[in-house]
Amino acid sequence: MVIVLGIESTAHTFGVGLVRDEAPYIISDVRENYLPEKGGIHPREAALFFMDRAPQAIAKALKSSSLSIESIDAVAVALGPGLGPCLRVGATIARALATYFNKPLVPVNHAVAHIEIGKLVTNAKDPLVVYLSGGNTLIAALISGRYRIFGETLDIALGNFMDTFVREVGLAPPYVVNGVHQLDRCAEKGKKILNLPYVVKGQDVSFSGLLTAALRMYRERQVDLEDICYTVREIAYSAIVEVAERGLAHTGKNEVLVVGGVAASKYLREKFELMTNSRNCKLYVVPPKYAVDNGVMIAWTGLLNLKHGITIEPEEAYVKQRWRLDQVDIPWSK
Amino acid sequence: MIYPGLNKLGKVVYVGAEAVLILGEFLGIKSIYKIRLPKPYRDPNLDLLVRSLRTKSEARIILLARSIGINVPALLLVDVDLALIIMEYIEGQLLRDLLNSLNHEIACKLIHNVGTQVAKMHKAGIVHGDLTTSNMIYSSGRVYIVDFGLAKMSNALEDRGVDIHLFLRSLESAHFNIKDLLFKCFIDGYEKILGSKAKEEVLAKVREIRLRGRYVEERRLRGEELP
Repeated sequence: MVIVLGIESTAHTFGVGLVRDEAPYIISDVRENYLPEKGGIHPREAALFFMDRAPQAIAKALKSSSLSIESIDAVAVALGPGLGPCLRVGATIARALATYFNKPLVPVNHAVAHIEIGKLVTNAKDPLVVYLSGGNTLIAALISGRYRIFGETLDIALGNFMDTFVREVGLAPPYVVNGVHQLDRCAEKGKKILNLPYVVKGQDVSFSGLLTAALRMYRERQVDLEDICYTVREIAYSAIVEVAERGLAHTGKNEVLVVGGVAASKYLREKFELMTNSRNCKLYVVPPKYAVDNGVMIAWTGLLNLKHGITIEPEEAYVKQRWRLDQVDIPWSK
Repeated sequence: MIYPGLNKLGKVVYVGAEAVLILGEFLGIKSIYKIRLPKPYRDPNLDLLVRSLRTKSEARIILLARSIGINVPALLLVDVDLALIIMEYIEGQLLRDLLNSLNHEIACKLIHNVGTQVAKMHKAGIVHGDLTTSNMIYSSGRVYIVDFGLAKMSNALEDRGVDIHLFLRSLESAHFNIKDLLFKCFIDGYEKILGSKAKEEVLAKVREIRLRGRYVEERRLRGEELP
């Protein structure tokens, strides 16, 4: 049996996961979430928070599984993409653990990890992947050994767009209450479609124009905020589902896997269901627990990497803030 | 289904992301009925707006493209309220399916021609908006450009750049083994019509668009060349 410890620290979550290569795979899952009191994530503050919580988090993950650090086979770490100061905390700890306890160090791409844990928990086989989070909006599919990107945002990510909008109109923080984003909450009371731009450029989306127009509309105060929320939600989600549908048409895949923090929205899920049903495709949405950032996904992808001989020397394990999904070879795709 | 009796028309030849193409006959001409079907996931009002606007815009642009000598299907009938366009049927193969099996020289020649057609469209102020090899049909020695559903009138360098960017990305995703060669052939054709200055301008814009994408390594490696 092979056991891997994984460390996630790309943004607001310091996560430690332990997985093994036999069912039920997931052994331990510890998360420490940095929650800003106002505004968005402050990278330095998040990094300080991680440094404070990291030792206990790792100890807790080992203790809850009654494993000693000596009994694990490798240390995996998310080296990117993400926020530099945050990434460096995880990378430093992982390098230290690997060196001190003489364990192989396994580099993991955060985006690949979101997809691989999604495949593990949903049993999707060869899906078109829709990755939606605070910092990512992209449509990809595994073709010839890499996740090729078929569409993405040309400016801001869906999660970033939603967060910025609700913050600017005074609905946040907190951005998510009881698992429901403030945009979804506000949109529930709206019903009118207003004149805001619906932008799809080929297989790409763009949200910056919609954000500017929606905020201008809000400041002019001629219409109800609920209707603006409703229109914004309808346009943003519909545009994503539309480019996903284009991705299906282009790749010929017949499964859709939605991963990342924004996957939790039930309204988005409804739209995806309507789309995939109409195309006779299967829809898999990663359950919220594993859709958000966590250490388990890093450990799991680290395990896959380890089994295919992908390790890195600690002195070469630099963080890569802009490590794109399509730069990573996926040896287990064959 | 809001188009009762539609299936009597004939074979559904393609179910695209936004429209279905049905083979039929119109005034004795073998033709394609392109219908933008309602999307169940869109608010009905938003849906109607999106579909009728795109139908109107597509028809206008196809007409203009044909008038300047681009290989596009001839328009036969347009009904904006039904989001329906009836056009000439182009019998052939999708370039996407054909390209990888061609020898490099012939593939290059075809893509060079695509480059000249795109340049002519840009010169006339048309941007395609979804310029991928899935939207090109090879038929009796010519490459036809189809699906102007996301096309618009624009002289903005940004929009031209997006066209080229989308085309380059379709090469990267569906023809990655020969993408560098094909992109060069495309750009040569483009330059032939619009000249080297316009070519350089649009390539610089493409580079900028790509750097805007999330997590692009090139953002740090400034000055790196495009393929």
